[in-house]
Amino acid sequence: MFISATSKIRKQAIYHQGTLAFENTSVSLDDFLTGAYDYLSPEYPKFYKMDRLAKLGFLATEVLLRDASIKQYAPEAVSLVLSNAHASLDTDVRYHEAAKTSSSPALFVYTLPNIVSGEICIRHKIKGENTFFVSPSFDAGLLEAYVNQVMQQPSVQACIAGWIDVMDSHHDVFLYLIEKEKRGIALPHTAEELTKLYR
Amino acid sequence: MARAVWSVADSIVSPLGATSEENYHAIRQGISGVKSVTNTSWNDKPFMASAMDTLVPTDERTRFEEISIKAVEAALKKFTLPADKTIFILSTTKGNIDQLDHENPNHPRIHLHEVAEYLGGIFGFKRNIVVSNACISGVLALIIAKRFLENGQYDHAVILGADVLSRFVVSGFQSLQAISPAHCKPFDANRTGINLGEAAGVMVLSADPASLGITPVIRLLGSGVSNDANHISGPSRTGEELASAISHALQASQLTPADIDFVSAHGTATIYNDEMEAKAFNYAGLSTIPLNSLKGYYGHTLGAAGVIETVITMYGLLRNELIPTRGFDTFGVPKEINVCSAFQSKPLRRILKTASGFGGCNAALVVEKVNQ
Repeated sequence: MFISATSKIRKQAIYHQGTLAFENTSVSLDDFLTGAYDYLSPEYPKFYKMDRLAKLGFLATEVLLRDASIKQYAPEAVSLVLSNAHASLDTDVRYHEAAKTSSSPALFVYTLPNIVSGEICIRHKIKGENTFFVSPSFDAGLLEAYVNQVMQQPSVQACIAGWIDVMDSHHDVFLYLIEKEKRGIALPHTAEELTKLYR
Repeated sequence: MARAVWSVADSIVSPLGATSEENYHAIRQGISGVKSVTNTSWNDKPFMASAMDTLVPTDERTRFEEISIKAVEAALKKFTLPADKTIFILSTTKGNIDQLDHENPNHPRIHLHEVAEYLGGIFGFKRNIVVSNACISGVLALIIAKRFLENGQYDHAVILGADVLSRFVVSGFQSLQAISPAHCKPFDANRTGINLGEAAGVMVLSADPASLGITPVIRLLGSGVSNDANHISGPSRTGEELASAISHALQASQLTPADIDFVSAHGTATIYNDEMEAKAFNYAGLSTIPLNSLKGYYGHTLGAAGVIETVITMYGLLRNELIPTRGFDTFGVPKEINVCSAFQSKPLRRILKTASGFGGCNAALVVEKVNQ
């Protein structure tokens, strides 16, 4: 199995295979996310309802799958293994503040970290397994070990994995696509390689 | 060849008791932890929930930490695990989120990884991870642990599932109009939503039980996990995706639906969840297999649910007893399923545990009793 593609969002800049794809550092994080959506123009109005964690995951996956299609796989053959440090705390704090006047069901549903997984699954028709880990920092060892185990399931052909973290204006996203077939950038799936790619 | 993974110890701390035995005994008597709760720090008016009245924070520890420590202590009474060969997995949806209720957002363990490290540290575990995947977290944590033990990365795993009540969570489920004003009624025609609950449960799994001096009886078999790819807060319309997770679990166990003697369903008692599950069990060929939901005893305990419900079902498996679905009275889901409504004794060999949650996630796990 090999890493076929990567995407990254850091300091309000989006990278595809390590190359800058979109950047806007002169606005707020929320405006950056809307600007990136306009730039990618995926025509997916549900984006506007998402919280920041889901928006970051949505955008990073759009970029990740730009040249790397997963459409050839059955929906059940694609999995997701995601992780971050802040879980859904960015939205938890917003929900908590809003609830002082009135509890918002639209905000409450985003107070779970794996909702971003659900949004990515809906967008890309992924019906395989998904897992969300919460770690103090990007844990290349955990991802290598666990994604390998997921990929070893006979039914699994591909997996989107990585790190999607947000808290206030801090944000850090690194996603990669791993496939059983050698495609795209075809890098080995090791903790060393993941550490290098995440850097 | 994957190593066999065994259940070697367990615990449940809930309003029904401080050990698995106490909990099982209470459930066998038909006792529920759900009652009218008057606690204005959670809700301005009384509401139905399964709450731990005796659980109070200390100067040092939050309620979440107190219940978690009690559960791990209860599970580790009989042996000491080697720290370098053990992984500690915390399954929770919200951890110390009640610290936001107390306007304490900078609590040193507001982050889930911080509370996992704190709890793991108390028991000397060197490697800890957190699984936070909505209401499938507990079953998923068992599956993750099983995989790490099967391939030899660790010999033992301590899986702690825990969540406590908070204004945050109660207000959220109320805003979704998901909370029942009465005792919840899973799979019933007159069901009106969930009861929330708080609990902590532990399962200790091992691929090397002999090193602990244990001759194990309960083995974890195959598992499956899937996503609906349909809606972030509503279940699948067809149930096909939960059925696919169940089929994966059966295939991985080299079993057919007829090999399953009992199903511990998720059964939250919302209209749509229970409908989806009924459809899924039909798709998966399990429509005649007796099943229950334990939500009538515990309410929905979120990150703890998958762990404590597996423990109770395992105790039933050991004793050849089927626990009825408390609250179920009049059949009320669109597809025929065999809801267990009265206590029964029956030879049991294998059970299936399922869970489904927000984000469209589903999980299924087969557990087997091995005759020694």
